Amino acid sequence: MTLARRRSLKFARWFLPGLLGLSFITALAIGAVSLSFAQVIGALTGFGEAGLASDIVQAIRLPRALLAAAVGAVLAICGAMLQGLFRNPLADPSLIGVTAGASFGASLAILLGAQVASAFGSLPVVSVAAFCGGLVAVALVYHVAKGVTGTSVATMLLMGIAVTAFSASLTGLMEYFADNEMLRRISLWRMGGLDAASYPRAFLMLLILCGLVATMVRFGASLNVLLLGESQARHLGVDVEQTKTWLIVLAAAGVGTSVAVAGSIAFVGLVVPHMVRLWVGPDHRQLLPLSALAGASLLLISDTLARSIIAPVEIPVGLITALIGVPFFVSLLRKSRESL
Amino acid sequence: MALLHAENVTVCADQRELVSGVDLDINAGELVCVIGPNGAGKSTLLRAICGEAQLTRGQVHFKGASIERLSPRARASQLAVLPQHNPLSFAFTGLELVALSRNPHTTGIARDQEICMEAMAALDVTHLAARLYTTLSGGEQQRLQLARVMAQIWCAEDVGDRLLLLDEPATSLDIAHQYEMMKAVRAFARRGVAVIMTVHDLALASGYSDRILALKEGRCMAYGDGETVLTAAILSKLYGYGVTVVAHPITGKPLVLANE
Repeated sequence: MTLARRRSLKFARWFLPGLLGLSFITALAIGAVSLSFAQVIGALTGFGEAGLASDIVQAIRLPRALLAAAVGAVLAICGAMLQGLFRNPLADPSLIGVTAGASFGASLAILLGAQVASAFGSLPVVSVAAFCGGLVAVALVYHVAKGVTGTSVATMLLMGIAVTAFSASLTGLMEYFADNEMLRRISLWRMGGLDAASYPRAFLMLLILCGLVATMVRFGASLNVLLLGESQARHLGVDVEQTKTWLIVLAAAGVGTSVAVAGSIAFVGLVVPHMVRLWVGPDHRQLLPLSALAGASLLLISDTLARSIIAPVEIPVGLITALIGVPFFVSLLRKSRESL
Repeated sequence: MALLHAENVTVCADQRELVSGVDLDINAGELVCVIGPNGAGKSTLLRAICGEAQLTRGQVHFKGASIERLSPRARASQLAVLPQHNPLSFAFTGLELVALSRNPHTTGIARDQEICMEAMAALDVTHLAARLYTTLSGGEQQRLQLARVMAQIWCAEDVGDRLLLLDEPATSLDIAHQYEMMKAVRAFARRGVAVIMTVHDLALASGYSDRILALKEGRCMAYGDGETVLTAAILSKLYGYGVTVVAHPITGKPLVLANE
């Protein structure tokens, strides 16, 4: 390990948790009613005086901040996993078709939503449909790509493209027949948003995050070896088929669920792992946890900005993540083109 | 019984026999070079031996049993394979890359690092330990990859004799590193490893191998030590090109020269 890389790893290990903590507190403090850090800490620990401040934090801002952090972390981990699996540092979670499939599911639910929603009461029908759409898409891609000799990465990428195109045209077809009101709801959902945050959603996302974190240790080393190619990984004692199956299922569950609870939030899953990799190197044992921290921080900061820049109007958070991340990404890319 | 016993190895693809009826017995400590024209089936033979290519007929036994029956980890600690191409677009440092080889082992970080440094010293790549793989030249990458597969089976630990398969490891090396590499591989073989490598440079095969297998259109044309296989008659037929064989002025080993 180069000295520079070891130093940046050391720095990242304390900087990223600190950044996450700071952005979390900030997300709780900033909003229509500004709170002091002391009030936020008081509301969180329960020692502060009861009243408006603790109501705002506990009922409104805490679930939203938890959801934002969890979605950001899950998207970043899934992105890192898929980039390792595809052995392409620029692979994108939407490559395997989850995003497009989920979008199709959501659009379908919005179009047919009125009747279904009344039948299921308060159940967030759109979210469930998005999750199902994403899962079906991945299952289809995986089923076709899985041949006699194992899953082929090339076939899977091509199938991802095919499924994306197919879902996009179906979604387009539905948009053509949707009326103005529905069209607006579909496009707002596509841009991503955390405004429907609630404790159940946040806990669902945290549950998925816990699952991913628990498997991180197991797959970190295997992912490193997998970067050498499938046959080399096999020669190095990795059960390649089992590892790939697990990675795909985990990534599909992660991306699908986050699309379901927060819409399609672009850029986090693609660029966060990439930025962390340029910073501390490609070793997945560090890359996965650090990406999770960076992804959670990025989405928290983005969501805070989305809520407060032109309050009371909320900008879709997906637009903010792209606006913050792209210039940063481009500058990193320019600086270390050769060490990609 | 030999460490590696291959019998009537036959591999078909698209109704063509890429390798047909090859027999091979190798013991630990031996270095065997596989030579032959392009498309003769050299790489396919290596892939058949390590279980990557499905055998149409025949069998490969490693330590008396089919290689498929070992658990992935047990297999990885006694068999290492270096393919012809090793694409890697992630910026590992040299040492990180070599350290990936220790994945199947549980020897501990300190011992792993020691082994990696020993293997890297043998291939003269110690100075690349902190460099980024993606910024290295083709030859440097090749030597790092070779150090990696050697580090994978560097010491006997509790597995005993090991097998190393190398597919054209000398291709992008300069002449000095080619010979250094061959010396390192041979010294490695003497420590209880059977090595099979494909090679195009007949001087390397002649100078360092214990035996040479000449492969043409998937069939074994000749098998034996350098003096037996490297004759003008066999080589002219093998490559379809006239050659002359002279004795090396210093070592006395056969030296192959093209007639024109």
